[in-house]
Amino acid sequence: MSTKVVARAPLTFYERTYLPTILSGLKVTAKHFTDTVFRGKTVTMEYPEERWVVPEGYRGAPYLVKDQEGAIKCVSCQLCEFVCPPKAIRITPPGADGAPADRTNAEKMPKEFEINMLRCIFCGMCQEVCPEEAIFLQKDYSLTGESRAEMIFDKAKLLKLGGTHGGVQKWKHKLEGAKAQEVFPV
Amino acid sequence: MEFLQYLSPSTQFVLFSALKIFAVFGVVMTAVAYAVLVERKVSAWIQNRVGPNRTAPFFINYLPVIGPFLVRLGIFQPMADGLKFLLKEDFTPNYVRKVYFWIAPAITVIPALMTVAVIPFGSTLGTEKMVIADLNVGILYTFGIVSLGVYGIVLAGYGSNSKYPFLGSIRSSAQMISYEIPMGMSVIPIFLVAGSLNLGDIIRYQAEHGWMILKQPVAFVIFLIAAFAETNRLPFDLPESESELVGGYHTEYSSMKLALFFLGEYANMIASSAMMVTLFCGGWTLPFVTALSTPSSSILIGLLHIGVFFAKMALFMILFIWVRWMLPRFRYDQLMDIGWRRFIPAALINIVVTALVVAFLHD
Amino acid sequence: MPQFTDILFFGLAGLVLLFGFLTVANPFSRNPVTSAMFLVLTIVSLAGLYVLLHAFFLAAVQVLVYAGAVMVLFLFVIMLLDLKEEEHRRLKSGILAVGSLAVVAFVGILLATLLKAKPAASAVAGRLVEGDTAKLGTLLFENWLLPFEILSVLLLVAMVGVILLTKKDLK
Repeated sequence: MSTKVVARAPLTFYERTYLPTILSGLKVTAKHFTDTVFRGKTVTMEYPEERWVVPEGYRGAPYLVKDQEGAIKCVSCQLCEFVCPPKAIRITPPGADGAPADRTNAEKMPKEFEINMLRCIFCGMCQEVCPEEAIFLQKDYSLTGESRAEMIFDKAKLLKLGGTHGGVQKWKHKLEGAKAQEVFPV
Repeated sequence: MEFLQYLSPSTQFVLFSALKIFAVFGVVMTAVAYAVLVERKVSAWIQNRVGPNRTAPFFINYLPVIGPFLVRLGIFQPMADGLKFLLKEDFTPNYVRKVYFWIAPAITVIPALMTVAVIPFGSTLGTEKMVIADLNVGILYTFGIVSLGVYGIVLAGYGSNSKYPFLGSIRSSAQMISYEIPMGMSVIPIFLVAGSLNLGDIIRYQAEHGWMILKQPVAFVIFLIAAFAETNRLPFDLPESESELVGGYHTEYSSMKLALFFLGEYANMIASSAMMVTLFCGGWTLPFVTALSTPSSSILIGLLHIGVFFAKMALFMILFIWVRWMLPRFRYDQLMDIGWRRFIPAALINIVVTALVVAFLHD
Repeated sequence: MPQFTDILFFGLAGLVLLFGFLTVANPFSRNPVTSAMFLVLTIVSLAGLYVLLHAFFLAAVQVLVYAGAVMVLFLFVIMLLDLKEEEHRRLKSGILAVGSLAVVAFVGILLATLLKAKPAASAVAGRLVEGDTAKLGTLLFENWLLPFEILSVLLLVAMVGVILLTKKDLK
């Protein structure tokens, strides 16, 4: 027998009048009432006017970023498109005779880069997989639009929202290294 | 006002009665709407929330400081709520008993509104008494009408043809019949003391001899708690207890029909508040102020009397609302136990003791 | 306005008869709940007739006791028992005959009483029950104290009997 029957203490007459319960209820409610009305202590936030502080590492909407020199970091490798679980990302590569990349020495950049924010699940795998650190989950948590089409963010919009995120600029270093190699006397 | 002289007394009576009925009806309806707002606001404040603070009509921008303040208080919320209920789809489920399903909300509302007719909500305005029907058996009329209110809930449960509403309606009929008895018994000592069943006479007696709440505290406590049970308010809202019966008797209802049930509940609360003010708290009179405790021919004083009455009524409404957020629901057996085994004996003892005291003092 | 009260009287009397008929022989529905609801309406219309006689106290008590309490319990029991076979039961000629005999006898007694009654005497009685509860109380407790007390004892006996019947094991 693992159950143990606990004898309940019989209520006193005062307790049976329900008065202590009523009084304690009154005390609690009165305290909360005065806290709210006179001291303005509310647990809620009046959302559109008041916004919460988004914590570091929050996984909001994924946006494309530029490096410190204002160049597009994405090299159109399509890893994120491949890894994306809900298939929210669609990348159109530049093709054989497309525009060259912004950054010298980088091979290419996407002709078009679309993220369907209605499909995106904010899992962060695109950010995880990106070899160029070109896509980051940022702090936007409230995405709204009036149509489905509006919720498909294209390259220009993603770059504008993404802003700048500096990095090691590996292509620049590679270029410099190559240049340095070129002048190295054999 | 000259043309009134040329009308016959019966025409004047009809005219003034119609005016009073429209005025009281309008006031009760507005009060119901705002009681819902107060309910929402008070519950929000007790739970450290803000409550409705958005609804704003277009003209509010033209009011500089007052406007935003009123919006913050949610003053315009009831209009939006009412409009919402009116515009919602009126859905009748399959397999309901249509006739009962349709008339049940009306049967709930009508008695709730009819009770207000005998309550003297003011002294006089000019020469006109501020009560719709000055009955000699006013209180009996009220109890008779209130006892009809249970049909709305019973028929709602029966008409819905569904388990939870039926359980709710069975509970409510048992509860309301049980609590009508202590409620009716609790007011008998008041009539023994005051010597009349007329509500106007009771107010007059209280103006002269002090409030009944001081003379009959037991009766007041019983009446107050029975009023909570009669209006199906927490801690006695077993007919619609959400956690057990989904929504109780109005589970199957939607849109305006559902709104009518709420209207009935709040109108009942208003009627019981008005009743308690009249029976126990001196009605439209205020103690220690002679001008406010005697009828006067001045329009201003008459309006002041009505104001006093509404202020007292509002306090009782706030009590009703506050208790809802303060106490948990009673168990059904506890409810019946309190009603039958505590309040009925207490009320009977109160009657006997009061009768003895009155008899001794009378000789 | 005598005409107005006449219209009210005939209207209410017609309603009482109509609702009474619908209680016992509703051609549209044999649902017991419907019958009970029509009985409530009959009682309320009857209370209206009392109001016309200025017997406010009687009217209020009629509504309070019969419509408000007794009929709710009726409804309660009907709804809980769910009387299905009641809706399919056919009239038997024997029952019909006995029923008609009872109706004829009751109407006969009623007519005989009405014919014997003196209008003047009934007018006096009508004035006594009018509105004022104090007078009604005095009348009950002075002139008809014994019948009143016997009736209350009868009610008590009925109550005790019911409690005894509903007890599960009688020992």
